[in-house]
Amino acid sequence: MPTLFDKIWDSHVVGEREDGRVLVYVDRNVIHDLHAPHAFAKLRQGGHGMRRPDLTVAVTDHMVDTRPDRTAASNPDGAPFLAATREGAGEFGLHMIGLDSPVQGIVHVVSPELGIALPGSVVACPDSHACTVGGIGALGLATGTTELVHVLATQTLALKRPKQMRITLDGVLPPGVTAKDLILFLIGHYGSAMARGHAVEFAGPVARALPVEGRLTLCNMITELGGRTGLVAPDETVFAWLEGRPCAPSGPALVAARAAWRDLATDADAVFDHDLRVDCSALEPQITWGIDPTHVIGVSGHVPDPADYPVAEREAVSRALEYMKLAAGSPIAGLPVDRVFIGSCTNARLSDLEAAAAMLDGRRVAPGVTAAIVPGSSAVKQEAERRGLDRLFIDAGFEWRASGCSLCAGVNGDEGRPGQRIVSTTNRNFAGRQGAGVMTHLASPAMAAAAALAGHIVDPRTGGGAG
Amino acid sequence: MRRFEPVTGVAALLDRDDIDTDQILPAANMRGAKIDYGAGLFANWRREPEFVLSQPRYARTRILVAGSNFGCGSTREHAAWALDGFGIRVILARGFGEVFRENCLRNALLPVTLAAEPHARLVAAVAAADGQQAFHVDLAAQRMTGPGDFSLDFDVAPVERVALLEGLDDIGLTLRFREAIAAHEAAQRQSRPWLQRMDPPGWNPRVAG
Repeated sequence: MPTLFDKIWDSHVVGEREDGRVLVYVDRNVIHDLHAPHAFAKLRQGGHGMRRPDLTVAVTDHMVDTRPDRTAASNPDGAPFLAATREGAGEFGLHMIGLDSPVQGIVHVVSPELGIALPGSVVACPDSHACTVGGIGALGLATGTTELVHVLATQTLALKRPKQMRITLDGVLPPGVTAKDLILFLIGHYGSAMARGHAVEFAGPVARALPVEGRLTLCNMITELGGRTGLVAPDETVFAWLEGRPCAPSGPALVAARAAWRDLATDADAVFDHDLRVDCSALEPQITWGIDPTHVIGVSGHVPDPADYPVAEREAVSRALEYMKLAAGSPIAGLPVDRVFIGSCTNARLSDLEAAAAMLDGRRVAPGVTAAIVPGSSAVKQEAERRGLDRLFIDAGFEWRASGCSLCAGVNGDEGRPGQRIVSTTNRNFAGRQGAGVMTHLASPAMAAAAALAGHIVDPRTGGGAG
Repeated sequence: MRRFEPVTGVAALLDRDDIDTDQILPAANMRGAKIDYGAGLFANWRREPEFVLSQPRYARTRILVAGSNFGCGSTREHAAWALDGFGIRVILARGFGEVFRENCLRNALLPVTLAAEPHARLVAAVAAADGQQAFHVDLAAQRMTGPGDFSLDFDVAPVERVALLEGLDDIGLTLRFREAIAAHEAAQRQSRPWLQRMDPPGWNPRVAG
């Protein structure tokens, strides 16, 4: 009868407050340098201690410099945030993953990679992409700063129980079509508010066939569907992926944990508030054309013409086309690009870098294009270097940078120049997100690499340098 | 938390859907040690003199009216701080980003979700007032009034209404469950011990592979 979400939620309910909010126990609290300083200040102000510093990890990602020779001081805007995060971590006694750590990286990459997030666990994180860990069957819950302080003080979140939605992904993903294309397609198809107030479960053969890193990409953008959290049921693929990771259980604890994890699935007779099915067999690589993650088309498609829309929607479409300097109805392929960014919690894991590297084939970044790779974690960077990917990228004319959020969030000062067109493996294409006047096209790592080589947007299955 | 008091003041119209928190407070306005969040509110849009909040008669705006999905995107609470810093206390919209809405509630800002018809009526009234006449929002009565005989009833869930009106201390409410939290931890130590302990997050050869 219960869904996967029910099983995790119900086993974490501590009680119901008099204001009707349910207290949900938080197993892991993963925080980062943009919000930690504010939260620590509020925690001191309120005179509250930190309940479980032993289950709390602070990561530096948003405010770090990503130049290869960086230090904690080399980004003057970020330095006070890094210092305050470290100071608070020392004061409250929580785990700190700073710039000096070999496992430093983007919070949503590090959290599953180190086994901090585990199947069936509740993971709180003050960031909208907290839902990423749904890819290993952990319930990731995004918080604001005040909510974060509540978690630090009480190890719980005070929530209203969400409704539930299942999206069954039928068929088979065609070759060259990735988890990123799939989630972009779903956002374009369903819109940015469809999962509002819902926990999402991705099910079906396509979800089950995705490798763990693809599931993390899929769940990462649940927030762009309007949802706060979501899951793929964890299976043997996930259990094998987690084995031996530093914070994951081992020995007898692992045996017990696996027995419990095998029960983490939706019962056959469970009922969802919304139960949807999508056939994925005819998908092509996807890319955004506009200034909202719902502005998605296939790479063979044409940007919309406002005249084809209901009157009420025309202004928004026109505004997006104007910002993106696109002619109504023009093809997206062939559009010249200035810059390519491969990074972020969406698409900077090892398999993402491998997919980008597979496009190179001895070619070089097109003249006039700046392209950068920012690995999702320092561990990913190190492993990529062990496999020689850094040489391939550098020889092809890409910048090979250190790990951080960089140009995705843009809060560390990495941003594009006005008028630049960027193909980016990130999750948001809002106007100005990557710098005032910057035009962002969201796509997969393969599509981004292909655009860098060709100098324009191109289908990665046939393009690359040829066009 | 500050109690939510009745609000009287200028209402501004931003009748657009999907205004994300990157527009409400751009990333560039989140950097640095001492930050004036109110000054960063819609910073990129306020460069344009014709933008509503750039106009002198809207400098003391207390009430904002937007379209659907207001505050989508990044969960940065700074967006709520920016609205608050500017002096805005009430946002009425067709819908809100989920965490943004929670952030408003926790900063004594009132987010009101309206259905299409009352929203259209409000948009017309705010456009007609043109920043020259004040509106009044009374949360206890769940009513907004304005120029002429404008009157709009709205609904805020009792849970949220009480928390706002009484300025309830969120952590204080939860700490009444201190024993239940400890009991949950004790039970979990038995049933799922791997969740109650965590080895330090260091490097091992498995991490990158």
